[in-house]
Amino acid sequence: MRVSNSLFWVLIVAVGTVFVVASRLTITNEYFYFAGYVVLEYIVLSTAWNILGGYTGYTNFGTGAFFAAGAYSAAVLHKLPATLHKTFDITMAPVPLPVMIVAGGLVSGLMGLGTGYLTLRLRGVFFAIATLAFTIVVQTLIVNWDYVGGSRGIYIIRPANAPLGGGYIQYLFSLMTLLAVVSVGIARTIERSRFGLGLNSIRDDELAAEASGVPTLRMKLISTALSGALMGMAGAPLPYYVTYLDPASSFNLAYAVNSVAMPVIGGMQSWIGPVIGSILLGTIQQLATVTISSALNLLIVGVLLILFVVIAPNGIVGLVQAWRRREA
Amino acid sequence: MTAEAGPPLLEVRGLGKRFGGFVALEGIDLTIAKGERLGLIGPNGSGKSTLVNCLTGTLHNETGSIHFEGKDLRGLIAHERTRLGLARSFQLPKPFHSMSLADNVRIPLLYTVNARQRHALSDAQIDERCQELLSHVNLADKARRRPRDLTQVEMRKLELARAVATQPTLLFADEAMAGLSHSEIEEILAVLLRLNEEGITIVLIEHIMSAVMSFSTRLMVLVAGHKIADGPPQEAIRNPEVERAYLGE
Ligand SMILES: Nc1ncnc2c1ncn2[C@@H]1O[C@H](COP(=O)(O)OP(=O)(O)OP(=O)(O)O)[C@@H](O)[C@H]1O
Ligand SMILES: [Mg+2]
Repeated sequence: MRVSNSLFWVLIVAVGTVFVVASRLTITNEYFYFAGYVVLEYIVLSTAWNILGGYTGYTNFGTGAFFAAGAYSAAVLHKLPATLHKTFDITMAPVPLPVMIVAGGLVSGLMGLGTGYLTLRLRGVFFAIATLAFTIVVQTLIVNWDYVGGSRGIYIIRPANAPLGGGYIQYLFSLMTLLAVVSVGIARTIERSRFGLGLNSIRDDELAAEASGVPTLRMKLISTALSGALMGMAGAPLPYYVTYLDPASSFNLAYAVNSVAMPVIGGMQSWIGPVIGSILLGTIQQLATVTISSALNLLIVGVLLILFVVIAPNGIVGLVQAWRRREA
Repeated sequence: MTAEAGPPLLEVRGLGKRFGGFVALEGIDLTIAKGERLGLIGPNGSGKSTLVNCLTGTLHNETGSIHFEGKDLRGLIAHERTRLGLARSFQLPKPFHSMSLADNVRIPLLYTVNARQRHALSDAQIDERCQELLSHVNLADKARRRPRDLTQVEMRKLELARAVATQPTLLFADEAMAGLSHSEIEEILAVLLRLNEEGITIVLIEHIMSAVMSFSTRLMVLVAGHKIADGPPQEAIRNPEVERAYLGE
């Protein structure tokens, strides 16, 4: 069955709404929202990563930088009214979280554009190394920026009232569901579009793509900017989620590793791969955290990643497709 | 052929290309008129592919100028030159591995033909063109297969079909026939001749001399990055310098 683009958007918005409403009605345990938020956040991050990594063929190890840039943009906006009041005696209403999310997206999107411009002439492993180095640069800047707490970090007090009824964590959960829906919708729209086919041609062979008229640099820049923007949006609510933001946790290696591992394990060819990978790996890690220890998380991800790369390089989606072909 | 008014199709002056200290091309002058079938020959490593790479923008030449239909190509990157009407096949085929053969030729239709025309082709027209392009190289029945299912020979045909899909004015075919059987060579030659009759100027790079000689209206010989002969095919190969280069004294 072929699902048109608009129908797909209607479907995922419906799924997201039902998901949020049903969990509000049936689940009161706060832990569900804390854990669910993380899984949803990974859906956004891995879907965003896959736009550049899966569709365009450029491996980005800098998820942490884009994510943290979103988080710190939000932290700056959070502090802004107090600062304005103290230094200029200007009164400003607190910035609403959705505005912070948009701002985080803009900052990280611009950052994606900038890094893309500087690094996209590099291919393969050199690009990957450049993104890793880039994370270190951004982290160093944040560590030395006193306004947002430097290396000590910064306490963020959540607003007293959460919109949409319910507690603040439920609000964060709803927003992250929305972001997941939007990212998945964007990813699938790209995948089925001419633009997506062009990105695939870049991944397959960049010289051949150029020779066929594909404006590879421009398309790669759009791809990095979009991917970075979605990562920044995923990071913006982080200050209110953790209530204590510091470089060590916001630049955590887990973001980079998971956002690579989830699409690889799920399957990089299609939008559903990162979603499957995020739900699977995200849930396993949340379960491991409560039953054993969070120290095991990266180990689990690492082992699964190696297994998949060696045995099933096309991920779970690839396994299912191969199995279907055999049945047919 | 009657004398053309206006600028030649392609005009190259003093083109030079180095790789580090190694001089791959030096002082290349070349003028191509519309409608020509130019054979480009030379020993391995003489710079034929490098010349194509410089002309189509895959590589950057340090010296010299290139004018195409009177337009200076300096600073134009590969896809811009493709859109102007310069197409090339790669010596080592570079198919889009993850795509069906139809999508392989769809890319140039979407990104060159549609980018060039005021009236974009519809999806149905593009589907039709894809099928047509593949059938010209006898690959129509494999339109939905992937390049990995193809033989080397079919891969070369796909490479050619993808270049032709850009609807070029000038086409560089870089060893489209290596490894092909006699009848397959005839097949490809027929395709190239038909394209030429339709008005596409063709530069054929080829080691198979019988193919080059039967195809070309003019022959250019490169040796060690220098042009040593350029003219009617029979004269060019009888040039003493060419004989020396080919027969090794
Ligand atoms: N990217 C590159 N970097 C360094 N040297 C190169 C590069 N490309 C080509 N060369 C060198 O330039 C010279 C010319 O190569 P080119 O591929 O143009 O030869 P050719 O005439 O096409 O040969 P063939 O008939 O084998 O295809 C060779 O010595 C080759 O090793
Ligand atoms: Mg060559």
